[in-house]
Amino acid sequence: MAGVRQSRVRRQRVFRWVVLVVLGLFFLLPLAAMVEFTTRGDGNTWSLLVDWPQLSATYPDLAEGIAASLEQALLTALLMLVLLVPTAVWVRLRLPGLRPLVEFICLLPLTIPAIVLVVGLAPVYAWVNYFLGGSSLTLVFAYTILVLPYAYRAIDAGLSAIDVKTLAEAARGLGAGWFTVMVRVVLPNIRSAVLSAAFLTVALVLGEFTIASLLNRTNLQVAINLLGKSSATMSVAVSLAALVLAFVLLLILSLFGDRRKASR
Amino acid sequence: MTSIPTRVPRGRLRITHFRSLLGTVPFFAYVAIFLVIPTLVVAIGAFTGDGGFTFSNVTALGDAYVLDAFGRSILLSAVSALIGAVLGAVLAYVLVTAKPDGLLRRVVTAASGVLAQFGGVTLAFAFLATIGLSGFVTVFLRDHLGTDIYANGVWLFELPGLMLVYTYFQIPLMVIVFLPALDGIKPQWREATESLGGSTWHYWTRVAGPLLAPAFLGSALLLFANAFSAYATAAALVSQGSPIVPLQIRGALTSEVVLGQQNLGKAMALGMVVVVAVVMTLYALLQRRTAKWLG
Repeated sequence: MAGVRQSRVRRQRVFRWVVLVVLGLFFLLPLAAMVEFTTRGDGNTWSLLVDWPQLSATYPDLAEGIAASLEQALLTALLMLVLLVPTAVWVRLRLPGLRPLVEFICLLPLTIPAIVLVVGLAPVYAWVNYFLGGSSLTLVFAYTILVLPYAYRAIDAGLSAIDVKTLAEAARGLGAGWFTVMVRVVLPNIRSAVLSAAFLTVALVLGEFTIASLLNRTNLQVAINLLGKSSATMSVAVSLAALVLAFVLLLILSLFGDRRKASR
Repeated sequence: MTSIPTRVPRGRLRITHFRSLLGTVPFFAYVAIFLVIPTLVVAIGAFTGDGGFTFSNVTALGDAYVLDAFGRSILLSAVSALIGAVLGAVLAYVLVTAKPDGLLRRVVTAASGVLAQFGGVTLAFAFLATIGLSGFVTVFLRDHLGTDIYANGVWLFELPGLMLVYTYFQIPLMVIVFLPALDGIKPQWREATESLGGSTWHYWTRVAGPLLAPAFLGSALLLFANAFSAYATAAALVSQGSPIVPLQIRGALTSEVVLGQQNLGKAMALGMVVVVAVVMTLYALLQRRTAKWLG
């Protein structure tokens, strides 16, 4: 019996390394190719990329796209938190009957492809243009809908882990107003959930292309796509940089999540 | 709810309830404007023509070129979902047999989480740098081995190319969604099979296979929906023609030449929603079945 198990373990180990090497090659090859592609020729692509004034002088569209994406990411995270956290807390405390409805609405964007959403958003954005102008920052409204499923799940998990009702009643009993309850009692208790919702939001917004491009606004991805038509090397370099940034963001998130699980 | 509300007079109860509802107004107003209205615009627009209600947009979905686009979209999603599901399941199995808290598993799961989100323009450019006309692999194979991968035409910008590129985010997604099901498999089941005289073949076909089948199928459906909804990668890669539905919708949205195309776009969008809704419903049903044993 022990011999059978040992040979199975050995077989599994060989199989494991074969799978890992083959798939590892498939996944690392495009990344390696990007590095190779951007270091061909005189190789000043990367030095240009870290030199912001030079970059914005050479590729003004790209600089504008990068700035737009960063602003969109920040504002979307902020709007998502302002909209979602109080509602989620309030529904838990006062209207538990509404929770399934709120959850359904928040998960709805998962079943609506972005390309479909943009078809329906076009007339809505005609009004947004009319009231607020055609700035790229107005995309924040659509992005908040896009990130709703991910953000809701993160925040809901955070709220499930604490006893919101007791905390809120204790604070109310000591004379705190609702604002104090939200900002000084509930929020500090779910800060890791809030943080992971914000990270996911930033990662998603930095990678968004569909809505921005079809509503004729700019962001990082739209700028990269545009750049690809004139300067392939630079567009690949920016792609790689954006990818590495997303990697770092999401890796921090997953390590952070591990730590939270371990401390419980 | 506690027993307090029973002591409150009915009128005041209604007022406090009404005031509680007020707290949710910002949220519901926001989703009404930016989620419900767009959905209704698509649903109603699909049945609206110049003179009001019409079925002409929906019947136009039966046109050969629209049907072809749907067919190609479904083929692309099915093939990339199948390849992604099989390879992703194999990778997930490898992770499960490794040390549970080992470095390998942590690194691969974290990387899968990132790569599953890695779509869009950046992915398209990654593949252009790899197997584009002057890509790393293309040039290497041509110079060193004398083989031209594009001897029979440049397939990267067509359906086979999209299938390859989509696989890149489908495999990691499969790892993420299938890993919990594999973790639910208990070693005792294998021991039980062995003590009853069953072989490895028996274990996989009679015990683990049937248990994992709903989870595998459900995950594959999720991958299908994922590929079916994807737009950015294809948009960045394919600049000529509109082989798949999302690109057809782009054409309908951006063309100002043909009037009435706008509402055909809405009909196609509605068609996409219907396909995704059917797939996701099946997924939810299978998920419930999976939870019974592997929860």
